[in-house]
Amino acid sequence: MASHGIRDQVAIVGMGCTPFREHWDLSLDDLLIDAHGLALDSAGIIKSDVDAYWYGTSQSSASGISLASPLRLDNRPVTRVENYCATGSEALRQACYAVASGAYDIAVAIGGEKVKDGGYQGLNAFPIPTDGTNRTLTAAAMFSLMLPAYAERFGIDEDRLRYVVAKIAEKNHYNGARNDLAQFRREIAAEDICKMAPVAGCLSVFDCAGVADGAAAAVVVSAEKATDYTDAPLYVKALSVVAGDGSGLIEPDFDFTTLPECAATAADAYAQAGITDPRTELALAEVHDCFTPTELVLMEDLGFSERGQGWSDVLEGRFALDGDLPVNTDGGLKSFGHPVGASGLRMHYEVWLQLRGEAPVERRITTLDTRSRALVHNLGGYPGEMVSFVGIWGTDLD
Amino acid sequence: MRTTKGILAYGTHVPYRRLDRAEIAAVMGTPSGRGYRSVASFDEDTTTMGVEAARRALGSTAALPPDALWFSTVAPAYLDKTNATAIHAALRLDASVSALDFGGAQRSAVGALRTALTTPGRTLVVSSDVRVSLPTGPEDGGGGDAAAAILTGSSTDGPLLAEYLGGATTTAEFTDRWRIPGSNHSHTWEDRFGEQAYSPLVRQAWADALVAAGLTVDDVSVAVVTGLHDRATRKTAAGLGVAVADDLAATIGNTGAAQPALLLADVLDSAKANDVVALVALADGCEVLLFRITAELRVGRPTRSVATQIDNRADVSYTRYLAWRGLLNVQPPNRPKPARPSSPAALRRSDWKHGFVGSIDRSTGITHLPPSRVGISGGTVDNMDPIPMANAVGTVVTFTVDHLAYSQSPPTVFAVVDFDGGGRMPIELTDVDPDAVLIGGRVEMTFRRLFTTDGLHNYFWKARPIRG
Repeated sequence: MASHGIRDQVAIVGMGCTPFREHWDLSLDDLLIDAHGLALDSAGIIKSDVDAYWYGTSQSSASGISLASPLRLDNRPVTRVENYCATGSEALRQACYAVASGAYDIAVAIGGEKVKDGGYQGLNAFPIPTDGTNRTLTAAAMFSLMLPAYAERFGIDEDRLRYVVAKIAEKNHYNGARNDLAQFRREIAAEDICKMAPVAGCLSVFDCAGVADGAAAAVVVSAEKATDYTDAPLYVKALSVVAGDGSGLIEPDFDFTTLPECAATAADAYAQAGITDPRTELALAEVHDCFTPTELVLMEDLGFSERGQGWSDVLEGRFALDGDLPVNTDGGLKSFGHPVGASGLRMHYEVWLQLRGEAPVERRITTLDTRSRALVHNLGGYPGEMVSFVGIWGTDLD
Repeated sequence: MRTTKGILAYGTHVPYRRLDRAEIAAVMGTPSGRGYRSVASFDEDTTTMGVEAARRALGSTAALPPDALWFSTVAPAYLDKTNATAIHAALRLDASVSALDFGGAQRSAVGALRTALTTPGRTLVVSSDVRVSLPTGPEDGGGGDAAAAILTGSSTDGPLLAEYLGGATTTAEFTDRWRIPGSNHSHTWEDRFGEQAYSPLVRQAWADALVAAGLTVDDVSVAVVTGLHDRATRKTAAGLGVAVADDLAATIGNTGAAQPALLLADVLDSAKANDVVALVALADGCEVLLFRITAELRVGRPTRSVATQIDNRADVSYTRYLAWRGLLNVQPPNRPKPARPSSPAALRRSDWKHGFVGSIDRSTGITHLPPSRVGISGGTVDNMDPIPMANAVGTVVTFTVDHLAYSQSPPTVFAVVDFDGGGRMPIELTDVDPDAVLIGGRVEMTFRRLFTTDGLHNYFWKARPIRG
């Protein structure tokens, strides 16, 4: 199987992100219009400069028309993209390939989700007719399966492990408290999270991503033209996606302590980018912390921790703002909120700010002194049955 | 001439939950009752309980499979549509096996059994009931939920556990108990009337049956006497002049349409060769059936006796019981209700949905649940054999308790189960207390109703801890 990547062929030259909120007063169209405007302003271009669009939404609308119509695009190609919660990153990946192919000069990837008009808490899947034997479990419950399995495999007391993942929420809330765009801007102590009533397994509401409305967008051009638009473009170093075959739910070898699709995309991306030691080569990582156990296991699957050591690295604060590899410096899904189709692009927005030195001073990281690359990890689905995206971006051409 | 028809196999299902009758008194302020009633779980109905009883019957015999399935209940999951067909599908019976409902009245259950014993062929007679009345009404504490299945046939079909010696019937029209279709409770006339009406009918049927079988009262070892009219049943039982079997009123209650076959099964669980067992059922008249136990019974019993199932139990609170039966309206979870299953998809996948049949890859030997055309781990396309998994047992690999998912009785307990001999399934657990689930726990499969949407019941399988 070949996976050549498009390293240094394409760059992001502008980005925008709306606040992620319960936007009772804004429609999906409003959010898309705002994110689009912010991204184009950031790149210093106008609507007629854009050649093509990739629009990601999980289930807020359908077809390219639902972007072309509110933006009043003039005979432009718009492709609607959907790949579970990795939808936003997938839209960006398509836009990058389109520019790399030479088909277009300027492409925009935009993602948005309006989840708060539904009337129910949490995310609710669009019902597809089936034979009625499919699971109706919540995502929180599916991911909560990982904690007892991890505790069992590595011989860690379950209460201690519960505290470890609460520390992940504490870190992400700390970071989100320093982010104006984040949905939840209140710090909370792990000890308090541990006292909360469980909603799934031992996970409380504070172990789950916030559910918010929002939109984010990126402008993509070829690497050679990138500096026409900005002094500090973000060059693509790697783009990788795996859609899992669901074998984890069939094959007894899978033990719910790892996300193999995520490990596979990481390995592919590191090969594309030429990274051999992510822990020392990456300045930061934005990862898909849909639930706190997800971030724990990702530290191992992405190669930031040795297998079975993620929990102790978390306790040592290695992934904190001042740690040796800051993770989810913007607060992550946990604190920033999770408008599904926008989340992947929101992760890139933080990488955009951090690598360019534009993050607010309260959440600046020190790893940038010696490193210039960042990783974005975005997933969709469940343990055993998952879509995973890993992208790597850098400020310098290799 | 001695008949060669009889019982080839039998099986029963007593639900796991019990209601302590003292709880009714505590909640409602009524005089305290004693003992327990059995309670169908929120995910059980007469059809699912019928499946469980029928599986145990067929699983305990090497006799030829039935060529007819007769299902009797007064609490059908559906009208218009046959309920026996879901049992037929869960048992994976051939399309040429007829499946019929005998509905409407209590009497249909024992009538179906007698008809099966007096007509040719192998018939699986299943009876099932969920007894409901208004809170503090007679079935509230006195009723019980259960199912029983009896495979009838002749000695040429397989070893008979009990020979049918003959019987008799009497019929009369009198209204001591009645219910308008759609109502959730029955009305009864004053107690003493029923006793008067039943007495001569029982006497006549009893005498006629003994003559038909060529027996005297002294030949009868034990009588199983059933009926919804407590007083008439007790009084006439005492007048038969033979030992009367336990009616299980103290431990599970009166299980209505299931009671004749269930109490008969309880007697068969401990009867000895050559015992003569009488089944006397009071229902709009009286049915009497006489059996002689054979030496085959000792080795032909189902692995799980009625007594074992009575012992394996956990209590349900009265308020939760009322909510399960729809007698107490509780706030549903604030989640969208699951979409109704697609009938075409359910038909295409009936082997999976109803029969829990997966597929096993001929090249890799990997079991796929649900069945798959393409194998994982390098398997080829359309190179699979069906593999029935309903009787497989497995081990809990990991589990969770979901307080958010839509459920008729939150929380949902969900586990990843690895089956002995291969195969994995993330699946809901039932008949389990969330605090008692452990990694490594052993589970078996059970046919349940996942939910009902738009009046459409969604049947599928769950796992439950192995007990007894």
